[in-house]
Amino acid sequence: MKPVDTTRLAMQSILRYPLRTSMLLLAVAIGVTAVVLLTSVGEGARRYVTGEFASLGTNLLVVFPGKSDTTGGGAGMMIGETPRDLTVDDAMAIERSPLVSQVAPAIIGSGTASWRQREREITVLGTTSKMRTVQHWSMRAGQFLPELDMDVASPVCVLGSVVRDEFFGRADPLGQWVRIGDARCRVIGVLAQAGLTGPFNTDELVIVPVASAQQIFNATSLLRIIVEVVSNDAIEGARRDVIEIVKGRHQGEEDITVVSRDAVLDTFNTIFDAITYALAGIAAISLVVAGVLIMNVMLVAVSQRTEEIGLLKALGAKQRQIIGLFLTEAVFLSMLGALVGLGFGTFAARLLNAAFPIVEFSAPSWALVAAVAIAVSSGLVFGILPARRAARLDPVEALAGR
Amino acid sequence: MIELRQVSRHFQVGDQTVHALDQVDLAIESGEFISIMGPSGSGKSTLLNILGLLDRPTLGSYRLDGTDVAKLDDSRLADQRQQNIGFVFQSFHLIPRLNALENVELPMVLAGVPMATRRERARHVLNSMGLGERLDHRPDQLSGGERQRVAIGRAIVMSPKVLLADEPTGNLDSQSSKEVIDILHRLNRDGLSLLVVTHDPEIGGQARRRLAMRDGRIIRDHNGASS
Repeated sequence: MKPVDTTRLAMQSILRYPLRTSMLLLAVAIGVTAVVLLTSVGEGARRYVTGEFASLGTNLLVVFPGKSDTTGGGAGMMIGETPRDLTVDDAMAIERSPLVSQVAPAIIGSGTASWRQREREITVLGTTSKMRTVQHWSMRAGQFLPELDMDVASPVCVLGSVVRDEFFGRADPLGQWVRIGDARCRVIGVLAQAGLTGPFNTDELVIVPVASAQQIFNATSLLRIIVEVVSNDAIEGARRDVIEIVKGRHQGEEDITVVSRDAVLDTFNTIFDAITYALAGIAAISLVVAGVLIMNVMLVAVSQRTEEIGLLKALGAKQRQIIGLFLTEAVFLSMLGALVGLGFGTFAARLLNAAFPIVEFSAPSWALVAAVAIAVSSGLVFGILPARRAARLDPVEALAGR
Repeated sequence: MIELRQVSRHFQVGDQTVHALDQVDLAIESGEFISIMGPSGSGKSTLLNILGLLDRPTLGSYRLDGTDVAKLDDSRLADQRQQNIGFVFQSFHLIPRLNALENVELPMVLAGVPMATRRERARHVLNSMGLGERLDHRPDQLSGGERQRVAIGRAIVMSPKVLLADEPTGNLDSQSSKEVIDILHRLNRDGLSLLVVTHDPEIGGQARRRLAMRDGRIIRDHNGASS
């Protein structure tokens, strides 16, 4: 029997029972839809998170004092844990590397800020004008810190959104003098509200030039240095360069940790991939359930078509031809169902996209391939038993419809 | 052409053994027209099934064209059925979703005959059955007699050596029966061996050789012109 004829006969019997066929298609389609949709959600979440990270700049290195401390978390402020502090001079040295385009030092401390009768505890970030460009911060009003050398102090400050609202309410903060600890500074700008971006909650910050912060807190050590590398390709070279430069300045001791955003991004990617695989696995179970359904329905089909099978045998059909016919039918049913499911799933992902435009939901191509492959192979596997039962029918009994 | 020797077929029904065929000897020459008559349960259908290779003897040997078919495996038996044997059933056994032409093509589809060839052959056979106008009718659009003629067309389209018919007129009115019998006669005149199981003495009587069965045995084997 020619494959084209097997296909035609199988298609004819698929079309002959429209209700049965549509139920099976639905079962398989739901399974495939589940795979497509769940992996779309996982993939969408991954893209969203990594996209947010990427918008912060992926060609950034973060330098922490201390060797093994890869999480940072303010350890730099705790003197005693770190053999040697990271200083503004270190930052300036790093900036001279040809692989580095700009450097933003960060020093963090807390202090009391006051304006007229209002007073509150705030977090002070000492940094330079570069911090704004590397972190892509935008301004709500006024300007960011002026471009000064790192070792030049200036009595100016930039307020985070929440700090500004709490101190000034409806008043215009620009040009006002605020007291921070013993020092005074003039407000020259307000950051746009952003929440937690990168390592800082900018809304709660008061930002001053790094040299001013050193005076206020009477400290020289930096919490971290953020380094922007000239290009993505140069990240590894720049990391080695940074380590070598600081090592040279720290009596040959490698006492800093350099983390790239890529590393963080990789971790996120790995986590989200795992989540997506898990979701796909859960959805794939429904495809196996659909396979069991195919088996049941095919078994019913075999008993419905007993006489026909007997006739085929009388006409000289071999066992494997009959197996081929029923398997083709099962595989076609699951394949059609899978295609319908791909359509459903893609459509549902579109709907999600329309409902949540901020996240891009779309299933990864491996998930589409895997969903169809699992659907078809479960049709194949679960089609074997009914097909063999059909092939082994006794022709005399089958012709008599028994 | 066909030679049965000491063929028995036993069925186990509960703890009773039923001897559907009991040590039957039968030799059939090419081109014969044989009728098998007998009461229900006399073993005619079992004999037909064994001759048609749908069933295997419990004991005894069956040679078809010199081949000992008792020893063939399932796939070879299917080949033998495909090439050498045509079946006509009381209830036609046409596939309802296929039209007349496609039903006749079915054995050639199974045999892997190319589309153009089998179309042509099926059309030719149906034309010779007087069904040239009915090619694209499905079975439910045909009368009983027409259905049986389609079924006969399907049985002979592979040019078998023997045609086995089990009560071919059992579901037909007398006019349709006559048409069907005429066609069977004509096929036999053209050289096809014919074996018809029937209750109808009129058809049985038209055969040149008439077998009568009872209790799994051939009790009479009468050869010659009808009396």
